[in-house]
Amino acid sequence: MGKPAIIVDNVSILFNMNKEKVDNLKEYFIKLVTRKLHYNEFWALKDVSFTVEKGERVGVLGFNGAGKSTLLKTIAGVLKPTKGSVTSYGVIAPMLELGAGFDMNYSGRENIFLYGATMGYSRKFIQSKYDEIVEFAELGEFIDSPVKNYSSGMRARLGFAIATAVEPEILILDEVLSVGDAKFRMKSEAKIRSMFDKGITVLFVSHNTNQVLNICNKAIILDRGRIIAQGDAAEVCKKYNEMINSKK
Amino acid sequence: MKYLKNFHKYRYLLYEIVRKNIKLQYRNSVLGVFWTFLQPLMTTIVLVVVFGGIFGADRNYTTCYPIYLLSGRLVYEFFTQSTKRAMRSIGLSASVIKKVYVPKYIYPLSNIIANFITFVISLLVLVFFIIYFYFFTNTQPVISGYAFLTPIPILILLLLSIGVGMILSTLAVFFKDIEYLYEVFSMLLFYATPIFYHVDQLKLPAAVSFCLKLNPLYSITEMFRCSVLYGRMFSINHLLYSLGFSLVTLLIGFFVFYKKQDKFILHI
Repeated sequence: MGKPAIIVDNVSILFNMNKEKVDNLKEYFIKLVTRKLHYNEFWALKDVSFTVEKGERVGVLGFNGAGKSTLLKTIAGVLKPTKGSVTSYGVIAPMLELGAGFDMNYSGRENIFLYGATMGYSRKFIQSKYDEIVEFAELGEFIDSPVKNYSSGMRARLGFAIATAVEPEILILDEVLSVGDAKFRMKSEAKIRSMFDKGITVLFVSHNTNQVLNICNKAIILDRGRIIAQGDAAEVCKKYNEMINSKK
Repeated sequence: MKYLKNFHKYRYLLYEIVRKNIKLQYRNSVLGVFWTFLQPLMTTIVLVVVFGGIFGADRNYTTCYPIYLLSGRLVYEFFTQSTKRAMRSIGLSASVIKKVYVPKYIYPLSNIIANFITFVISLLVLVFFIIYFYFFTNTQPVISGYAFLTPIPILILLLLSIGVGMILSTLAVFFKDIEYLYEVFSMLLFYATPIFYHVDQLKLPAAVSFCLKLNPLYSITEMFRCSVLYGRMFSINHLLYSLGFSLVTLLIGFFVFYKKQDKFILHI
């Protein structure tokens, strides 16, 4: 047994789905008075428990709406579980959507520092990683143009470069490897693999079992908010492929 | 303790967002940072032209009307601009808040601090006004040692703005209508705060005067003017009232924000 990096303990998440969206006072009061504030309860995650040990790479598989992104957001600390708890040890770099922390009017250079600060890093520390980031992102002369003029691929490259350059202890990847061209995909996979040697823990969401097999040594399958399989990546991927085939 | 540690970790983010807000505010405008001075200068000229004849004639009330106006307007402008920006900050940062964990109070707080820095810079216009009217006109402001008390009303104003900003930013997540309501409220506040008139000058019924004086911005502008215009000690009642009001607002603001912040993500 290694040291735990992430402990997910009996996590359940409840969403109150309004039948209609009530977002202004008038509607709210009318509905409150006439008692028409109905909610549909929806458990996005139900009693999910697992432990990720330090250095493990866990793939999260599941169909659309299975709760994969909800699970990652909970681990990243964005969502608070309704029940249960999540404990993580170490710096988490969430890559739920590359470039989410960018300001469009800011140049690439300025965004590097802003994005770094969003993850809690100092200007000085980012400065020391600056050259590495710019080189990996292959932005060259565009680094001083506003990010709004970047292509989506350039944005993704910059986001990926920053999130990996800071050497986090836990990396959360939500289908980020499906953006960018083939060349960048290979480069980023290689970068992530090079981080394995330093003992990084990875949580990786994908629909693609080949990518999961490539990167992960463990995997779990989520279905309608519950874990239905977990264990060795090869076995779980096999089971997932069977699930896909049986649905057809 | 936990919160202090968290704040310590994210102080860089606070710094970066403050920096960003200041840098982006005047980016792409030809005159850039000069707008910080030009805007209060020009709006004051407009207001002096419009109201000078009616309210500025009697020097017993206003001492030096342009400075009276500018000092009131600076306070009002900082308060409304910073609270408005704080109110919108959570919605505008939705893309980050949905994806990465960050302490959410950073957003309203950084917007207010950025506004505060431009406010402090714009005080240079006031200094310029004071020097000009002191040396070149016969409507002189009184310059005295009480000018050193200027930071007191300014800091109370900052506390009040943070408190109101926190409350508004929480409300705006759940009810978009607040943004429109607050526009109307700001306009009301412009007339309810003695910016271009002096309360005693209006000869209002005692009850109405009393209501106007309940406005904490009234106490703050009066204290501010005592330091920069009248050159005398401000009244202790103004100090106690505005400080008390601001601290209570600040406490309510943090409490409401803290209680509701985990629900933000479901609504933005």
